[in-house]
Amino acid sequence: MRLWPFRKQVSAKSRSVALPPLAEAAPADMSRLLRIESDETKALDAARSRLRVMGLSLAVGFALLGARAIDIAVLGSADAAPSQRQAQQAIVRGDLFDRTGQVLATTLETHSLYADPSLVWDARETAEALAGVLPDIDVDSLTEDLGGRGRFVWVRRNLTPRQRQAVFSLGLPGLGFRMEPRRVYPRGRLASHIVGYTDRDLQGLAGAERAFDGSLLAGDGRPVALSIDMTVQFHVAEVLAASVAEFQAEAATGIVMDVRTGEIVSMVSLPDFDPNRPSDATPGGRLNRAAQSVYEMGSTFKAFTVAMALENGTATLESGYDATGPLQIGGYQINDYHAENRRLSLTEVFTHSSNIGSSLIALDAGAEAQRGFLGDLRLLERAPIELAESADPLLPRNWGPTETATISYGHGIAVSPIATIAAFAAIANDGVYVRPTLLPVAADETIVGERVMSSESAQTVLDLMRENVLDGSGGYADAPGFQVAGKTGTAEKPTRGGYDSSRLISSFSAVFPYDDPQYAILVLLDEPHGTESTYGYATGGWTAAPAVGEIVSRIAPILGVQRAEDETGERAALVRAALMPEMIP
Amino acid sequence: MIQDLSRGLATWWRGVDRTLLVIILALIVIGLVLAMAASPAMTDRLGIEDPFYFLYRQSAFALLGVIGMLGISALNPKGARRLAVLALLGALALMMVLPLIGYEVKGATRWIRIGSFGLQPSEFLKPALIVTAAWLFAEEQRGAPIPGRVIAFGLYILSIGLLMIQPDFGQSVLLTLCFGGVFFASGLSWIWVAVLSSLAAAGSTLAYFTFPHVASRVQRFIDPESGDTYQIDRAMEAISHGGIAGAGPGEGEVKNFLPDAHTDFIFAVAAEEFGLMASLAIIGLFALLVARAWTQAMRLQDSFAQLAVTGLALQFALQALVNIGVNLNLIPPKGMTLPFVSYGGSSMLALAFGAGLLLAFTRRRPGAYALRHTS
Repeated sequence: MRLWPFRKQVSAKSRSVALPPLAEAAPADMSRLLRIESDETKALDAARSRLRVMGLSLAVGFALLGARAIDIAVLGSADAAPSQRQAQQAIVRGDLFDRTGQVLATTLETHSLYADPSLVWDARETAEALAGVLPDIDVDSLTEDLGGRGRFVWVRRNLTPRQRQAVFSLGLPGLGFRMEPRRVYPRGRLASHIVGYTDRDLQGLAGAERAFDGSLLAGDGRPVALSIDMTVQFHVAEVLAASVAEFQAEAATGIVMDVRTGEIVSMVSLPDFDPNRPSDATPGGRLNRAAQSVYEMGSTFKAFTVAMALENGTATLESGYDATGPLQIGGYQINDYHAENRRLSLTEVFTHSSNIGSSLIALDAGAEAQRGFLGDLRLLERAPIELAESADPLLPRNWGPTETATISYGHGIAVSPIATIAAFAAIANDGVYVRPTLLPVAADETIVGERVMSSESAQTVLDLMRENVLDGSGGYADAPGFQVAGKTGTAEKPTRGGYDSSRLISSFSAVFPYDDPQYAILVLLDEPHGTESTYGYATGGWTAAPAVGEIVSRIAPILGVQRAEDETGERAALVRAALMPEMIP
Repeated sequence: MIQDLSRGLATWWRGVDRTLLVIILALIVIGLVLAMAASPAMTDRLGIEDPFYFLYRQSAFALLGVIGMLGISALNPKGARRLAVLALLGALALMMVLPLIGYEVKGATRWIRIGSFGLQPSEFLKPALIVTAAWLFAEEQRGAPIPGRVIAFGLYILSIGLLMIQPDFGQSVLLTLCFGGVFFASGLSWIWVAVLSSLAAAGSTLAYFTFPHVASRVQRFIDPESGDTYQIDRAMEAISHGGIAGAGPGEGEVKNFLPDAHTDFIFAVAAEEFGLMASLAIIGLFALLVARAWTQAMRLQDSFAQLAVTGLALQFALQALVNIGVNLNLIPPKGMTLPFVSYGGSSMLALAFGAGLLLAFTRRRPGAYALRHTS
């Protein structure tokens, strides 16, 4: 007992107190009543002082509760409402518009349905009830999820208000909603490759969403307007889809670009996808063929070859080229598709699309000149557009005479359609290269371009392209009154060890109107098949050119291009006179 | 006979502490009003036909409890003490056989089922042990030839052991604090205060590492991102939604989302529907209850009654502090009912039992109180 460190003196003393016999026999209460002694009082006083300490602590506790209750109720504590907190943290992302102000992408607050399995009473019943409202729910897997031991499972993200109401009406326990922002693309497929898409956290993954991610997230979400005109986009897409159907092409792309400002007015790639559901896209659907794919563009490159030769002075309109037979070079033999087997003028090389003639022109200028010129046209690098998808070209490993010859007619080099049309536009823009852009250019904005050829050379190539439409392979591209000037391109697809003549990349690149070129347009069909009406031909002139003609006649009025009233025949004679001051003997 | 009864009643009425009685009855009435608010939501969730099922049950238990409380309050201290000791023995016996006859809820075996009524013996253990310990301490202090403190300690250890078998960490902590409080008030030397506090701290640390749910709750409290804080988030939302004036009776939403809206989170329901006024009223009533019990304890001349009143008031105070503290996100979540207010038959009866003892010990008797507290 000595070890017991309590108030020894109290108990010892009180024990030593001799109690009266009567008190001993009296009931406990009674005995206590009798012993109102100083020791007892002292003990009670000590207890009272301790009670004071405890009482004070409790008072502090209750005061704290009161203060906290006031804090939460009046001020709304910082950690009060998680849903509010979430809303504050919500990513603010600007909308995307086209150049006319149509909404291409916007952010909506949607309700996402989750479940707390520990509060779900009957997993099977709940899953079946939900499936009655959201029919594409897999009852078995949801039953398994709801029967789990976790406290949180997503049932379905991003419900429409109607779906949310329907789920709400089921009145099932353990289900809850969370507000989640979701990116919505009202134009769906029509602008799919342009706007791209985001992930769940609204991070841009493709298209403009990725290219302008920084701007869209800046501040409170800055809206971004694009250079696209959705009306033009609609017509390009419609015509392109019709061509794909008619020629059973695997894919297609169409681009319309303002040659003076570099603005991309339309950019279509087929097959496309619904950016609202990017994960449901068909294989290849998400591929933006206008920028992400590279193709051997074929004879389209002859326009660049001729421009280069004129610019370097190694050829003039009077130059003649021997196309009497195949050209032997470095163990290869270059043939013409429509062999004329005669001497051809520069104009004829272009309009008859002679590979032999084009090779000879390029060889005259040399590999260095060709490389320098194509480099100036930005064809040896990825197209300088904002899109992250813009692909690098495929270039020959060494650039010898053989490569010079093949590249002159667009083989042995693969570039993206957007790079091609940008280079093509330079010819129409008086020889000045302007970077293609997806952002609209203000009317008074100064465009910084780079002169890549003289005005005269550019005009001559333009004349040749117009002649090619009036009296050459591009005849079907002519849209009455809009003076299309362009060049066909037909390339065989490379296969192992050579080229497959049955699988073509057929394209038509053009500018219009010839008088005062404003827009460049490119239509490319991947593996088109000839039909009865094309006599089985699937080349650019038969497949892509008519599409260009159709598109131009539809979009030129929309774009405000004036229709020229001159007789086609008269203009043809004028052009011919301009091109041929004297006949080649 | 009738005269005796009426005289007895008159004596009781003169002697009973009417302040405490009114506060306790007020809390019970608040509990019934809130049961009316929370019951339809809970019955809907649990698939019970009658929307006021919980209200009816709560009313029945409240009536039973109040009758029991008044009856116990009429006992003299000795009778109250005997009742407490009997209740302690009964509770301990039941808790010992609990692993055999109890049924499991959410991983813990704490209940005995009698028809539709679930009895939680540990609820009755708390006031019984407090009163018994107060008696034993007072006896040893008084110099009675029994090792009161050793016996009290033995009973306490046994109780904690039985609670840990269930397991019930929260009740153990509460019981430890009440027991410690009584011990402290009985004149524990400061050295031992230090030793026993560090032992309690060690015990909590051990529990933290032994029981995963304890650890996870504490972690979640410290870092809300580390786990699910669904209940607390909803409660916070409800209280801030209620604001000053409240959303209005029946307009609260938290009761539709919170699984324990009618028990552990009844405070949040009250705060949402009736606003800050209701929160402060509940907190105020508990503060008043404790303050009144405390001043009475200070004035009591008998050490045993003083300690018993202290312990019982401490139990109500701590239970209220913990429950409201959890609702206000001041302390980690702990399933503890709000005394007299939360729904629960077993809890209501046990609390009424404790309140009856409190009223019995604070009753005015000749010589019980110092007329003027000197010193």
